[in-house]
Amino acid sequence: MVPAALIVLAELAMRIYGSTSMSLAAPSDIVAAFFAIMFDGSLLLATRDTLVSAGTGFAAGGFIGLALGILFGLVKPLDRLMEVTIEAIRPIPSVAILPIAMLVFGFGYRMEIAIVAFSCLWPVMIMTRSAMAGIEPRLLEVSRALRLSTWDRVRKIVLPAALPRIMVAFRLAASIALVVAVTVEIAANPLGLGYGILVAQQALQPAVMLAYLVWIGMVGYLLNAGLSLMQQRLFGRAGRVEAAS
Amino acid sequence: MRLSRLGRLLASFAVAALLVWGWQLIADYKLVSPVFLPGPDRAWGALVKGFSTGDLGVKLLATVERMFWGWLIASLIGIALGAAIGTSPRLRAYLAPMLEFLRPLPASAMIPVAIAVLGLSNGMVLAVIAFGALWPVLLATIHGFSAVEPRLYEVGRALGLSRASVIWKIALPSASPDILAGMRLGLTVALILSVVCEMIAGRDGLGNWILLAARSFRAPDLYAGVILLGMLGYITAVALAVLEARLLVWRNRAR
Repeated sequence: MVPAALIVLAELAMRIYGSTSMSLAAPSDIVAAFFAIMFDGSLLLATRDTLVSAGTGFAAGGFIGLALGILFGLVKPLDRLMEVTIEAIRPIPSVAILPIAMLVFGFGYRMEIAIVAFSCLWPVMIMTRSAMAGIEPRLLEVSRALRLSTWDRVRKIVLPAALPRIMVAFRLAASIALVVAVTVEIAANPLGLGYGILVAQQALQPAVMLAYLVWIGMVGYLLNAGLSLMQQRLFGRAGRVEAAS
Repeated sequence: MRLSRLGRLLASFAVAALLVWGWQLIADYKLVSPVFLPGPDRAWGALVKGFSTGDLGVKLLATVERMFWGWLIASLIGIALGAAIGTSPRLRAYLAPMLEFLRPLPASAMIPVAIAVLGLSNGMVLAVIAFGALWPVLLATIHGFSAVEPRLYEVGRALGLSRASVIWKIALPSASPDILAGMRLGLTVALILSVVCEMIAGRDGLGNWILLAARSFRAPDLYAGVILLGMLGYITAVALAVLEARLLVWRNRAR
């Protein structure tokens, strides 16, 4: 209701004041621009570029993060030994890596993937670690009482118990991946949706720019919704409880 | 107990020092081209030189200022809006779908729009930072408010409290851990967006500085800037954690 009312309001305002603005466009113009870039293929191409970079970076960062998180969660001394190192690297803002990646990889997919992977790694690692620390201690007592081996304990008790929260971590990382990918494209990389929106702005085509913006929002929304659905399907109530937080 | 914690910390520092030493070795033996990876000695040298000429200090201050104001604006708006939405189911029903759509929108995607509307100004940068850092605070506040123990609301009703005093006396304190967590997240977002905005809009600051350093292949300067940004992120996180511990002292005491 409210968004619809706002859109109508925006349309009316643009029509009344005349849409000659260089920075804003009426919703109807945006829709027209959207279909124009959709059908000439540039939008889909840009979307593919962005999703490929974000997805690959997410997979790489998520995997490394998961492995490190499990390792640190299991081997407490190692966790303590690496504490300072990790606390020193983790707060580096992901975009600060951008110039380094630019130096090393130049422009293109690889640089973007590296940055996305870097930014996905930390949340997955930290949430996996804390998920493993947050396992009901009684479950671990049970595993000890049953004299399970370490591997069996991880496989049968720890991972299933931590999985809903690990899934939350992956969901978070996936949305971070998209955000970082678009950010990198806007800031430097001549690829994908972020570059598209920047070019549209610089070409003073507000309708195209806003069409890109809406599309980026839609992609983000769909990604999020898809992941939530997956989480609920996989974990039922456990997943839903966690999703609220 | 305290001593063993100290020992652990020392050991952990030793590991970090070892890794820095490894980095130095790699750089010394040029296992990786020095164009990409200058040794920590050169990065440190660049850091010291930047500060002694006074250049880097000004840029650091500009970034910090930008980040802080944007974050403060975002936090205030986020808490106020969150309190309004969190306590009113009707408002939530109206606005929730729109928020759900806006939330995953990358704040950096707003930069071109903000440039178009506000130009390459400091106002634009502040608007983008505030917009980006708003979401974590807003959502955490809404969540914190809706997760308040319902019995506390019942107590409020039984005592005949007004809505404002229910918010002030019951909901806000009980939601404060969530809100502070959201603000911490918001601060991270604010730092990232400050850097991105400086890169894109060419505002003077650390983000712009490291980008220029990378473009002119001044790798030591670049690493110095990145280290500085990491330190900035770390210090702000620690400062907020300390603040959080101070503010939530009552909560730990009650347990």
